[in-house]
Amino acid sequence: MPERGPYLVALAGQQNAGKSTLFNMLTGLTQHIANYPGVTVDKKSGSYFAEGRRYEVVDLPGCYSLAAFSLEERVARKFLLEDRPDVVVNVIDATNLRRSLPLTFQLLEMGFKVVIALNMMDSAERRGLEIDIAHLERRLCVPVVPVVGRKGRGEAELRAAITKAAVSEHVTPATLNYGSLEEAVARFQAGIAADAAFQDVSARWLSVKLLEGDSEAETFLGVRLDNPHGMLDEVYKARDAFEAKQGLSSGDHISGCRDRHAAEIIAASVTDSKAGQVPVSERIDRVLLNRFAAPLFLLATVWAIYQLSIVQGYELTKITWPFLASFRNLMAGILPDAGFLTDPQIRSLGLWIVDSINTLLNYVPIFLILFALIAILEDSGYMARIAFILDRILHRFGLHGQSTLPFILAGVFAGGCAVPGVMATKGIPDARARLATILTVPFMNCMAKIPLYTLLINIYFPEAKGLMLFYLSTITVVVAMLVAKLLTSSVLRNEETAPFVMELPSYHLPTLTGVARRSFDRTWLYIKKVGTVVVAIAIVIYVLLQFPGVPAEKQLAYQAEAEAAVAQFYETLYGNPLRAAVEDPARLVDLINVSSAYKAARLNAGSKSAVEAMDVTLAEDHPDFVPFVLRSRDADAKAANKALRDLSKQRSTLRREMRSDRIEASFLGSIGRAMEPVTQFADFDWKINIALLSSFAARESSVATLGVLFDQDEGENATLEERMGEQQAGEGRTAVSAVALMLFFALYPPCLATVIMVRVQTASTRWMVFSIIFPTLFGLAVASAVFTGATALGLTGLQTMSTVWLAALGLLLIVALPKPWLPDFLPGGTREAAE
Amino acid sequence: MRRRVFQAMGLGRGNGVGRGGRQKGYRCRDACCRERDDINLNDIVPGEVCRICRLHGCGSVRQRLLDLGFQPGREVKVVRNAPLYDPIELQLGDSFIVLRRREAAHIEVTHA
Ligand SMILES: Nc1nc2c(ncn2[C@@H]2O[C@H](COP(=O)(O)OP(=O)(O)OP(=O)(O)O)[C@@H](O)[C@H]2O)c(=O)[nH]1
Ligand SMILES: [Mg+2]
Repeated sequence: MPERGPYLVALAGQQNAGKSTLFNMLTGLTQHIANYPGVTVDKKSGSYFAEGRRYEVVDLPGCYSLAAFSLEERVARKFLLEDRPDVVVNVIDATNLRRSLPLTFQLLEMGFKVVIALNMMDSAERRGLEIDIAHLERRLCVPVVPVVGRKGRGEAELRAAITKAAVSEHVTPATLNYGSLEEAVARFQAGIAADAAFQDVSARWLSVKLLEGDSEAETFLGVRLDNPHGMLDEVYKARDAFEAKQGLSSGDHISGCRDRHAAEIIAASVTDSKAGQVPVSERIDRVLLNRFAAPLFLLATVWAIYQLSIVQGYELTKITWPFLASFRNLMAGILPDAGFLTDPQIRSLGLWIVDSINTLLNYVPIFLILFALIAILEDSGYMARIAFILDRILHRFGLHGQSTLPFILAGVFAGGCAVPGVMATKGIPDARARLATILTVPFMNCMAKIPLYTLLINIYFPEAKGLMLFYLSTITVVVAMLVAKLLTSSVLRNEETAPFVMELPSYHLPTLTGVARRSFDRTWLYIKKVGTVVVAIAIVIYVLLQFPGVPAEKQLAYQAEAEAAVAQFYETLYGNPLRAAVEDPARLVDLINVSSAYKAARLNAGSKSAVEAMDVTLAEDHPDFVPFVLRSRDADAKAANKALRDLSKQRSTLRREMRSDRIEASFLGSIGRAMEPVTQFADFDWKINIALLSSFAARESSVATLGVLFDQDEGENATLEERMGEQQAGEGRTAVSAVALMLFFALYPPCLATVIMVRVQTASTRWMVFSIIFPTLFGLAVASAVFTGATALGLTGLQTMSTVWLAALGLLLIVALPKPWLPDFLPGGTREAAE
Repeated sequence: MRRRVFQAMGLGRGNGVGRGGRQKGYRCRDACCRERDDINLNDIVPGEVCRICRLHGCGSVRQRLLDLGFQPGREVKVVRNAPLYDPIELQLGDSFIVLRRREAAHIEVTHA
């Protein structure tokens, strides 16, 4: 035991008992809290000081026992065994004592100094439970501290109890007697205690675990002993003998003893003054989970989320966008000025990064609302009910009731983000369903897919916008289900599965701070993604697009044209008194820059008075440029204004041609071209290939890259839709090509940030690579098949999309509907694949 | 290894025991359900209360059920079916627990 170092305190307890709440209370940190079992899956640590000593607190995931069947249990058990905390605070939900005490018995058996934090005393009082704390303490021989984690009640007492336990030398012996198995337990206990190999573990605990038939305990024996077979054989013999005699397995007997002991203690210490009354939550559920009303409530909830976050959120972005735009204009002013033909590298790169960040930040209002609403769903307890309602459907496709939350976060209703979606799969207890969820969550329509859809729909389907968007947002869900089914019955077939057994938490009223905090936390996570990965990748893509640059001889030709244009400008203004202001060519470049900055700011100006104010500033800062930039009636000024506009136009054209040349010659351009032989079947040309490649960095950038490729220049007003539509039409591309592209984009691999999250969540590089390769091939196959098929049949874009949608839906129904002729699909008659 | 042990214990029935999958002539050893027609939780209609006789299955399903308090001898009330019939909601003491029918089939009960 460390003398001067910090004391290690572990918070252990069942799911949803309030461990994280108490953790936050003790350490002042902000661990995620939700009224949903299994929120904390990893352990998290923090610390506080008391009486000059540091107490390191670890928040363990919730576990019902220490049987090591689920991931959370394994994490908790491993920590307890390997780190041997000085004090274990056993957090217990006071309204659920009977189910909680067996874990307490196990902790005591492991030989820990235990402090019981009897949490949710407020709920217990409301339920009419009177708990005799003194009696509980006497029976369990450990301190029991009543607390209300949510309100911070009992905090001082809990700290005092922890300190007292930490400094005391006394360890409470386990009090549970295993009746007819006690003799065997004692026998092995003595044997283990005598063995030097087991000095650091509790002999009684190991003995009980072995008799329970715990496989990890058996493995542990193998690790510690050179030849464990002697002891193992004895254990098997004892187990068999017990079962033969009692007609009951020793494991069942042990668990039954714990349960009966808990029941006994509770019978003597708890009085239920409201026994027989129907709890409030159940009364609510009678309405919300009513067979017929439940789907309606669910639909209404989903609709409300969509309305509030996506629809209203977009309204909000209209307010926030001008701020981002003025940030860009500000940066444009700070960075070195643009040249006539080429800009300083630092300026182009700076603006490129600002643009990437702005595109992402634009979604922040939507995220804040969406995440707040989801936090409300989680906190209130309704999320668990959603899992209950939808499990039947999701299970059909190899998923799990708890896959609902990840899908919602990732954007079932068009507009989410796969990163929090993949993160939220942590709580799914079924490994196979969890992997299937992780791999299909990226199919959802994250917010970054929407701009490309909108762009293409505006170009090719202006009269069927709503229908196309409906097709796209539903087909992704359909495909996700089908792919989940495909994966779970092929590559994931041999993964471990777990039952769907979940406790429905009582309804809580969500707290404002809790909801706000979670919403900010999740949004912040998204912004961090912008700050790191996306910026880094934006730079890489920038480099790939800029270099090796325009070939030298072409560069010279452009230079000559530019000089000619400038000469033309001076020529036109020959004899015009205003020419004096720009006699120096450097001043001319200044003029052009001032003029384009003015235009950009003017686009962003909201009101007439703002424009007037800008005019005044311009007149103050650059009085000699005013006649060039602002329109006026004076003949000389008119001529100057026109000359400048002509020059700007020529400059735009030159810059556009140059940029297009540069991209074509760039590294990314070469890659895009090299891919054409494969992608031609889906009718993607090199420009589209480049956009798709760059969208791997972040989906958002696909539209930005297309924007560059289908050029835009500082003074131009044609929208990207017009430019792209025109150029693509010129190259013979039709709406069918657009459908193929959109389908590919819908099925396209997750963006880089998501891929990294997949790596984190699956802890496997293999699955990460799979999550990239599979959707690429799948998407390309679908896009090629659709394009080739539709072209052969001569379908229009809309017909193609409708056909694909109906085909997918039909396939979904075939997979989903019960097939009585296949015994495997009989409800309840399915085989468990694991055994 | 574990599997062998479970089989030795007569618990090797990893199959979800649906209505069709029950072995003929199988007898429950517990005193509480001597009758021939052993029934499981799936046979109980919502609103009814029943008593647990024993648990079938093995491994994690079984452990989780035991941990949640599905101990032989305890009373369970079937609260409701999900809108699509599966899963079901049960009341066990003070807690409300949701279970798929496949898991519910592991729990053998008698009418209380
Ligand atoms: N009424 C009441 N609710 C509480 C109290 N303490 C926590 N809660 C609520 O209980 C729910 C679960 O709390 P968490 O702290 O996330 O529980 P946990 O034990 O960490 O859960 P997992 O991480 O899922 O194992 C949250 O909705 C809390 O707001 C309390 O003292 N009284
Ligand atoms: Mg937690």
